[in-house]
Amino acid sequence: MEMMRKERIDRGLKVRTEGLYAISSYREILYLMGPRLLLIVGVLALPFIFELAPYWKRVINIMFVYALLALSFDFLANYVGLVCLGGAFLTGVGGYFSAIYNVYLSFPTYLAIPCATITGAAFCTLCLIPCLPLRGVYFAIVTLMYPLLFTRIIEALDILGGTNGITGVDGFANQYVEHYIIILVVIGFLFAMRRFVNQDIGLVLRGVKDNDQSVRASGIDVTRMKILAVFVASLIGCFGGAYMAHLYMWAGISLFALDFSIIPIASVVIGGGGTLVGALIGSFILVPLSEILRAFGTFRIVIYCIILTGFIVFKSEGLMIFMQRKYHQFERWVKV
Amino acid sequence: MSEEPILSVKGISKSFGGLKALMDVSFDVQRGEVFGIIGPNGSGKTTIINCITGFISTLAGQVYFKGKEITGWKPHKIADAGIARTFQIMRPYYSLPAYKNLIIPLWSPRARKTGGWRGGGKHGDRDTVAVDILEEIGFERDSRVPYKLSSTLPTGYQKRLELARCMALRPEIIFCDEVFSGLSMSEIAGMLPLIEKMRDEGITLIMVEHRLRELFRVATRVMALNFGEKITEGEPSFVIEDKRVREAYLGTEEV
Amino acid sequence: MHIIIYGIINSITLSLISLGFTLVYSISRVPNFAHGALYILSGYLVWLFINKFAGFPYPFAIIAAIGLTAVVGALIYRFILIRIRGMEISEIIATYAIGLAILEGLRWGGLRGGTFTLPTFMAGSVNLFDVSVDYQRLIIVGVGILTFVSLYVFTRYTKIGLALRGIAQDERAAMMLGINSDMTAIVSLAIGSALSGFAAVLLLPLGNIVVETGYNVLIFAIAVCVIGGLGSWGGTIVASFVIGFAQILTEAFISTHYQMVVALLAIIVTLLVKPSGIFGKQKELEERV
Repeated sequence: MEMMRKERIDRGLKVRTEGLYAISSYREILYLMGPRLLLIVGVLALPFIFELAPYWKRVINIMFVYALLALSFDFLANYVGLVCLGGAFLTGVGGYFSAIYNVYLSFPTYLAIPCATITGAAFCTLCLIPCLPLRGVYFAIVTLMYPLLFTRIIEALDILGGTNGITGVDGFANQYVEHYIIILVVIGFLFAMRRFVNQDIGLVLRGVKDNDQSVRASGIDVTRMKILAVFVASLIGCFGGAYMAHLYMWAGISLFALDFSIIPIASVVIGGGGTLVGALIGSFILVPLSEILRAFGTFRIVIYCIILTGFIVFKSEGLMIFMQRKYHQFERWVKV
Repeated sequence: MSEEPILSVKGISKSFGGLKALMDVSFDVQRGEVFGIIGPNGSGKTTIINCITGFISTLAGQVYFKGKEITGWKPHKIADAGIARTFQIMRPYYSLPAYKNLIIPLWSPRARKTGGWRGGGKHGDRDTVAVDILEEIGFERDSRVPYKLSSTLPTGYQKRLELARCMALRPEIIFCDEVFSGLSMSEIAGMLPLIEKMRDEGITLIMVEHRLRELFRVATRVMALNFGEKITEGEPSFVIEDKRVREAYLGTEEV
Repeated sequence: MHIIIYGIINSITLSLISLGFTLVYSISRVPNFAHGALYILSGYLVWLFINKFAGFPYPFAIIAAIGLTAVVGALIYRFILIRIRGMEISEIIATYAIGLAILEGLRWGGLRGGTFTLPTFMAGSVNLFDVSVDYQRLIIVGVGILTFVSLYVFTRYTKIGLALRGIAQDERAAMMLGINSDMTAIVSLAIGSALSGFAAVLLLPLGNIVVETGYNVLIFAIAVCVIGGLGSWGGTIVASFVIGFAQILTEAFISTHYQMVVALLAIIVTLLVKPSGIFGKQKELEERV
């Protein structure tokens, strides 16, 4: 009997697109640019596609917020080695800060959001600094606990509006602003992060994940690098929270909801960790799914958790990596 | 060589729970020499490196670098001051190609301060300098070796990559932790010129080694440890004749 | 006086809650983030037994519930954790996800619509040094102390106990002596879950069974364990007294609402000052060369 083995080879088109030859013909350019253009155009066109289903337009906005959180998680977990189990902490802080700026300090929306993003990120980073010099477990524990703790503290001390939250937050000028602010920011962060992780400083961060002792032996303060990474990830998350506060015109405890911690993790795992785009793809799948399952109440969370556990236990590579493989390589059976 | 030693280690002791790994170890290293540290397994060779370079806290003792005390400093601070080290258990940055491994040390504050090796530390095209460095130490550019993923490199290349990582910082001292171990004769033949090159550039080398023949080819002075204590120190030919050193490696004759 | 008595009660309560978590972590290095979920699950099971099966005696319900919870814990290890053993972060995510699934599952179908309570063991209260203490709380303190003592004896004088301690101190050495690491992990998870259920059974009669409590239990258990030193049993007990009294003191002098704040501040202070906790081994955090 003949023994066969599966062989995976880069496609000819892929090999030809490495180096200078990438711009030698339209076919090559399309091969490289195609997926990116598809993503950008598709994402930009979404609000128009859903003109027919207004309910879903609200969902799209939230979907992009989750995409931001997933991006933040993917960056921290797969490029720096810090697993953040509390994305809700970032949204909660961002949202409340923006509401505070807007309602208590009378900042207009387009000023409140950037201020909330930056100061919120600074606050989150400060809160997380104590656990950065320590083993990764502590970061996971602390990030997991912060949203739960802050929820209870706000509730118990009845500050910042207590269980009612901060009302009277300004909204956006019109619907299109609502959509395109978040969409453009998501695309912006996606390409910015892709650039960032390939810069020299991004490589240092990736080195921290692979072998932090080696990075130390090269004379680099690893804790300082982690602080930088957490700050960048917090910027992304806090923007999402600030955006939401103005989307709902309200900032409440629900900004610290578990959904914002769990769904990004599940999105990254399903979409393909370490690819940044995978985080987006994962959210594009999970969030609409979540809406469809809304009738089931909190049972949705049960489903996500089961899916998440399944992926983690069986170490699936995720959709994006699978798709990338299919796109760049072809398989065939070869005689041994 | 009547000047102050570049590295002065006084009375280092370290215990792991009940195990006394190092007991009152002291030695001096002069600038520019190749100082060997030998001893059987478990004698504390790697521990002394970890203690001096700040990766492990010491129970007692002081370390002086160029006259200044560096005991208790954090590892990155010691590396920044000019003491680099290799790791016995090598873990290159697996997710990165070989030449990108060098970007990290070339980006460090020290490389930026001193210019790094071949000027790679200065802001500019670190990628090109990294590939040049690798070519200089024997990574064949034509076979695209520098561009391979570091996890796919054979041991000999990985060891040289470790040394390159240290050299990129333009350090004054490099601790080499068993750089000859696990290498074939031809790989060692590729390694020795690199060691000699570093020595010729004026870098002080402190080499912990198990392969004595190769070590004695380059070492100027050697110190022997056994069970955490220093048993002797001096020229290689002198140390190898010392009865205590032989007993440490081969055991005593007990009737 | 009131402070001392309720301080002791609160501290013992906290230590009962946290002991399960510490035990599992110290023996198998698994951070069991489903701890709070197992707590509530156990309480719910007791409620199910005595309310859905007419005439089911309370003591049997308790034993059955604790037993079932222990089995659930063992199953979690056997089918899920065993595949990701050693990857701490994956273990955290997986146990957290499972815990969430249990808690939210209970919220959706089970602990819904109406209040759920468990009857106290002994109604009424007694006057101790001029302070009114109900019998349930006295029982809790008594049983708590008994539990600590028996755990101590168990791990020092029985074969299984010694095996568990051996693994806790040095897993590789224990494995070389023939102690099966996976089996011990299953046992430790079973015992840890049982302890969690045990604490639930003792404490839930004091109030209602609510899903939120599950999250609170998880937070407090982690807080106590981090402050006492992850993996140190003595540390857990000492830390629960520290936090227990701190909470009672803030309750007396400031307000009841600051319990969580105390926990949060205690964690941050610990991480800043002595990250390995009160009795923790500094070694674990630093020396990884």
